[in-house]
Amino acid sequence: MTPATRAGELAIETRALTKRFGHQIAVDAIDLAVPLGSVFGFLGPNGSGKTTSIRVMLGLAAATSGEVSVLGESMPGRLARVLPQVGALVEGPAFYPFLSGAANLRRLDSADRAAPTRNRRARVDRALERVGLSNAAGKKVSAYSLGMKQRLGIANALLMPRRLLVLDEPTNGLDPQGTREVRALVRSLAGEGTTVFVSSHLLAEVEHMCTHAAIMSAGRLVAQGTLDELRAGEARVRVRTPDAAAAIRVLAGAGLVAELEPAPDGRGADRSSDADHWVSAPIELPRRGRAAPAEQGSSSAGGQLAEEDIVDALVAGGVRVRGFHVQDTSLEDRFVALTGEGFDVVR
Amino acid sequence: MSDKTFSDSVSASVAMAPAETARPGGAWALLVSELTVLFRRRRTWALLLALAAVPVLIAVAVRLSSQAPTTGRGPPFLDQVTQNGLFVAVTGLIVSIPLFLPLTVGVVAGDTIAGEAGLGTLRYLLAAPAGRVWLLVVKYIGAAVFCLAATFTVVTAGVLAGLALFPVGPLTLLSGDTISLAESFLRAVLIAGYVTVSLLGLSAIGLFFSTLTVVPVGAMAATIVLSVVAQVLDSLPQLDWLHPWLFSHYWLDFADLLRQPIDFTSFGTNALLQGGYLLVFGALAYGRFVTKDILS
Repeated sequence: MTPATRAGELAIETRALTKRFGHQIAVDAIDLAVPLGSVFGFLGPNGSGKTTSIRVMLGLAAATSGEVSVLGESMPGRLARVLPQVGALVEGPAFYPFLSGAANLRRLDSADRAAPTRNRRARVDRALERVGLSNAAGKKVSAYSLGMKQRLGIANALLMPRRLLVLDEPTNGLDPQGTREVRALVRSLAGEGTTVFVSSHLLAEVEHMCTHAAIMSAGRLVAQGTLDELRAGEARVRVRTPDAAAAIRVLAGAGLVAELEPAPDGRGADRSSDADHWVSAPIELPRRGRAAPAEQGSSSAGGQLAEEDIVDALVAGGVRVRGFHVQDTSLEDRFVALTGEGFDVVR
Repeated sequence: MSDKTFSDSVSASVAMAPAETARPGGAWALLVSELTVLFRRRRTWALLLALAAVPVLIAVAVRLSSQAPTTGRGPPFLDQVTQNGLFVAVTGLIVSIPLFLPLTVGVVAGDTIAGEAGLGTLRYLLAAPAGRVWLLVVKYIGAAVFCLAATFTVVTAGVLAGLALFPVGPLTLLSGDTISLAESFLRAVLIAGYVTVSLLGLSAIGLFFSTLTVVPVGAMAATIVLSVVAQVLDSLPQLDWLHPWLFSHYWLDFADLLRQPIDFTSFGTNALLQGGYLLVFGALAYGRFVTKDILS
């Protein structure tokens, strides 16, 4: 976390938040800092404690120890003041199957004392319109598909103007079109100044919509910060060339440990003279897009090379460069590095 | 979603601005919604229909049978049905009290919190935020209104069946006095009120059971079983000392309301006992629900 995010006001802040169920620690002393105005991705594999943390933030479950404050007020003490400003989708949508979509929203809206009765119908209609459910408003929820229920759940979070939205797995069960719509919706809400806290196990989703993220693993918070901060670190330089051996040699000369990538079709490296190969090497680049003066041509210990210098060296070494690009560490690499690979639920 | 939706959403938020100045709906909105939802459920109507069928069946059976009911056989007041149709309502209530009414009340009271928890809507109601204490109160009021609806359904169906199938006229009371038709309707309402009050303790028990589980059927079954157990205990003379404390003890003691002048002693005793149950189980439900982690 940078000092910049600390200095700003926080929409959600937890200090050593811990939640235990019997002997099992679901959430282990997490210090979360969600800046106001951010779109904050809350990442973690299934069972890493994301939903439990959200439940505690919303006052649905009590913390075993630690403190939580939401929108500057301590929770659950100031729950009645805080929650009307928070729209939430927690662990999937839940509705009365025997009521229509609109009737469900009116029901849940009536539970909010701050919600005016007079314009309830209008607000419900608007929320339904916003998630594209106007045509299904009168249909019973029991006839809704999973994706429609998900949309209705999001509509429920939008019934009143909110300062904070907490969306737990908002694109679960949505088709690709619906996923795009949710992303656009989150962006437009953020554009209006709403802080959006999105939990997800889908990295691409977080990379697409978030400005900040935190990564949970087995109940612990293993990383948080802006997306750039999280991705910072190694990048990979990739060269497409038929002269793989020469490329590896040249790169090694520049201090880079290059390797031949296996062909995507699994045939292994085709040694025929004119076929393309991908050669790649980890590289630490000066922060791109920032005014860090590149140390021209120096292959210093950190391997701080500018991309153009590498291409120069390759061409000078007689390598036929047919493709060249530098790939930032994706959030996925970082996620896997922090949470471990494989499908096993850690606990 | 493209630019169009984006501008839509911006205009939506602008249009939402008056929402902040409009008067908040306040706490009563949830009560209104609770009652609306309760009486929009098909299940509620099925329960009420089943209750209405009890006096109608009695009336039809007595009407179709060739032999007049004899005193001392069958439920109390059954022999009077042929003389005055209004007794169909009273007989209907007496037949419904041991099982049918506790059954329907058990279903509704057991469903109060557990039903919301089972659907998952409980977390959304509390995140709204409904307030846990207020939600309990609203749920209890909903169950109590159902008790009222249930007893009045039996009485109304009984009166209608009686009017349709038997002569109806001035009513001869247990004390021998005769009251006008208008006053006999008033007595019917009083009896329905007595039975409603009788069921309030059971509703509180159901509400408490409902806070213990996320499986509504469990809370319903526990409530209904307890009502049967209480009546069994009430029938054992060895447990005399316990009887006045059983919530079912005064369930059938509304005969005093069929005397002239009306004797309200049993009404008062019953109301006091039910109030005690409401206090104890209301407090237990509060203690359980206010600190409960909502994980469903």
